Amino acid sequence: MVRSGTLILRVAARLLLPLQLMFSLFLLLRGHDEPGGGFIAGLVAAGGFALYLFACGQGALYAMLRVSPRDLVGLGLLLGVASTLPAWWSGQPLFTAQWWTLPIIDFKASTPLIFDIGVYLVVLGSVLTAITALIQTDENA
Amino acid sequence: MQLAVLGGFWVAAMAPLLHRWFGSRAAGVMALLPAAIAAWLMAQWPTIAGGETLWLEWAWAPGLDITLTFMIDGLAWLFAMLITVIGTLVLIYSGEYLHGHRDLPRFLVVITAFMMSMLGLVLADNLVALFVFWELTSITSYLLIGFNHTDLAARKSAQQGLFVTVGGGLALLAGFVMLALAGDSWSLAELNARGDQLKTHALYLPLLVCVLLGAFTKSAQFPFHFWLPNAMAAPTPVSAYLHSATMVKAGVYLLARLHPALGGTESWVVTLSLVGALTMASGAFLAVQHTNVKKLLAYSTVMALGTLTMLLGIGTETALTAFVVFLLAHSLYKGALFMVAGILDHETGTKDVTAMGGLRHVMPRTALVTAVAALSLAGLPPLLGFLGKELMLESVLEAEAWRGVILPLAFLAAFLTLAVAAVVAIRPFFGPRRETPRAPHEAPFGMLAGPALLATLSLLFGLVPGLLDPLVRAVIGGIGAGQAEVHLALWHGLNLPLVLSLASLMLGALVFRRWDRLRSRLARLEPLMARGPEAGYEALLRGLVHVAEWQTRFLQSGYLRNYLVMTLLVLLGLVGHALLVRHTPSLAFAPDVYLHEAVVAGLMIAGAVAACVMRSRLAAVAAVGVMGYSIALTFVLFSAPDLAITQLLVETLTVILLVLVLFRLPRFSTLSTPVERLRDLVVAGLVGGMITLLMLTVLSGERLPRISDYMVANSQPLGHGHNIVNVILVDFRALDTLGEIFVLALAAIGVYAMLRFHAEAYEARNARRTRRGDDG
Repeated sequence: MVRSGTLILRVAARLLLPLQLMFSLFLLLRGHDEPGGGFIAGLVAAGGFALYLFACGQGALYAMLRVSPRDLVGLGLLLGVASTLPAWWSGQPLFTAQWWTLPIIDFKASTPLIFDIGVYLVVLGSVLTAITALIQTDENA
Repeated sequence: MQLAVLGGFWVAAMAPLLHRWFGSRAAGVMALLPAAIAAWLMAQWPTIAGGETLWLEWAWAPGLDITLTFMIDGLAWLFAMLITVIGTLVLIYSGEYLHGHRDLPRFLVVITAFMMSMLGLVLADNLVALFVFWELTSITSYLLIGFNHTDLAARKSAQQGLFVTVGGGLALLAGFVMLALAGDSWSLAELNARGDQLKTHALYLPLLVCVLLGAFTKSAQFPFHFWLPNAMAAPTPVSAYLHSATMVKAGVYLLARLHPALGGTESWVVTLSLVGALTMASGAFLAVQHTNVKKLLAYSTVMALGTLTMLLGIGTETALTAFVVFLLAHSLYKGALFMVAGILDHETGTKDVTAMGGLRHVMPRTALVTAVAALSLAGLPPLLGFLGKELMLESVLEAEAWRGVILPLAFLAAFLTLAVAAVVAIRPFFGPRRETPRAPHEAPFGMLAGPALLATLSLLFGLVPGLLDPLVRAVIGGIGAGQAEVHLALWHGLNLPLVLSLASLMLGALVFRRWDRLRSRLARLEPLMARGPEAGYEALLRGLVHVAEWQTRFLQSGYLRNYLVMTLLVLLGLVGHALLVRHTPSLAFAPDVYLHEAVVAGLMIAGAVAACVMRSRLAAVAAVGVMGYSIALTFVLFSAPDLAITQLLVETLTVILLVLVLFRLPRFSTLSTPVERLRDLVVAGLVGGMITLLMLTVLSGERLPRISDYMVANSQPLGHGHNIVNVILVDFRALDTLGEIFVLALAAIGVYAMLRFHAEAYEARNARRTRRGDDG
């Protein structure tokens, strides 16, 4: 059912996608202090990919993503779980946040951030899994 | 020691590797582990014999106050010795018994894991740790009974054993929780010191019932005894080890362990004496009906377990002494006899004692070992079994409660057991030589060493019972008799127990002579037996399946609308109840509403009503969308930007998903009856009303301490973030979020699987249709 959209939509989607993805990363990174965060950012990114999907078709989306959305879900869960472990390593209860300041760029890295990235990937992967599965069903029909 | 036990599990896991290196000799290599532990235990003997308790502490889950404390007193030492020594022998034996068997590595993994679980069970001081090890023994037992997993009967028996013991384990868990509440401690040692407090506690009776259920199922007491003979589907080393020497004694161990804490009350004495005596008699009675050597021995194990329980029930100093001696004697001779049974099965290819005969000519050493062990089983001097039986009869004569009932039962058990011993020792080895499916040879050294050692110990302890005095003293000192003076001796003088023994000897000989005729007589009781406890178990299992089917049909209708109604009604019931009973609901609110707020609320209501009455799907979806965006607007108005953004994005994605499915949905039609719609209206109205009431109550009346204050105050100092919502999500409540993303992932997988499955079924149908079209 989903055919490649009109020329205008296709061009627009191609231009918008990087912006949307950048915006989603922006939301993800600033989430700890300002409105945003992994969940919202994941939804924004999913929206961007959905638009691209409608405009350019499934094949184009897969070619660009390179990985299956389901792998994103798995990776996200893995990151989520992994982020709980450093605390354990340093002898604190599981899930205790660990903070490090990266030298040179003065960026504050932390386990909550890793966790948030996990959330981001799970949300993005789940939504894309559902959408692509629906589209495939459509094409079979 | 903890290291040895927990490390033992690692050794268990390494079994396949060892098997690759050493082949069948891996069993012997692994036997070094229990042998080393046994040697260490032996080195501790002077301490234990001195009546001291060895404490080994190890923090396990410090946050939950669970320490893996091992407490080695006389009782624990005796059990640990039995486990490690017989374990060593059984491992060596099984290397030969399962020589070249494809699944030997798997066997070694599980039996070593069992060994460590059992050790943990008898050494643990903490109730939780004990329970964990207790369940581990049930699971490993399940895996071992079902070792021949291609055999339906073995699988069924394994399941039965698991259900019975784990069912009892559930009761035990409840019992332990009550025990810890009543005694205000999770430590067995502390609980045992608070016996008086426990016995007068209001929870005493319920907790006793639960603990006894756990112990009785594990130790195969009547009416739960039926799983044990069925467990003989396991390979013989397993029967020798788990189902006679160790695991089935876990229940008895627990009763002995808790004797100071719970024992001595009237309900304890009567229950244990009667159940034990009944188990003892029925075990012996059922044993003589069987010709399968393993079943014979299994029922006589049931008899022994009943005896032990009864002795704990009687609880006098003599009874406790008898308990220790009988326990040791039984483990020695029964372990030996089971291993002999394995040899017979291995060499002749049959387990039926009536099919064997005259084997003493081909396997003289096995015959000798069997004779010694069977004499101990029969309770004849000068073996340890004699001592155990004499002490048992003496205790029964001393019993205060229900002596008139348990004495005849004990006598019955004594002479029937004698007949069983005679059958096991005489039928296969004496009489005319019979043809067996396999031509028998003398057993290899590895198989004979174990039973020979155990039989020798039976003889040694029987001849020099004084060797056991310090052990018995150490054990019964720990289980409630204080500092007892114990002097074991073979010759007790001409007293009533000896007379009873002589009488049972004669009756037993008579039963043995008439055994074949007796069996055919007893076979007529078959229809009665078919109504025994095992039939009850089967009926229970069937009933369980029926209930499961019924409730699945009822709850899992497959219609979203039914699930929603169910969920909402439960919510209504629980929250409504709490609200009305625990709090005073309030409808008061200050009507200082701005116009724009009223407009947004109005939009929401209009959207909801419109979605319900629209007769077009697209319009209904749009109406729901209006509602969603209005909610987002509310979030904006009340300064919750994160929620607003999320709500907006979710609404958008809903539209995208809807676009994808819209054309695939069936025509818009009315599927529900007016009555159902009325029901839905009522449910929805009630839930809405309740939530409103809840909100108003929360906002007006009682000011409960708010969690959000803590979050607001600590977001920056502890979470290093200004966005409280995000700090809560990824730091304060990260565990919740982790759970949520797992749910989300599961939902995605569910959607994917459902659609894929649907697509494949669709393709298959199409393919069939095309083929049929071609044919036509």
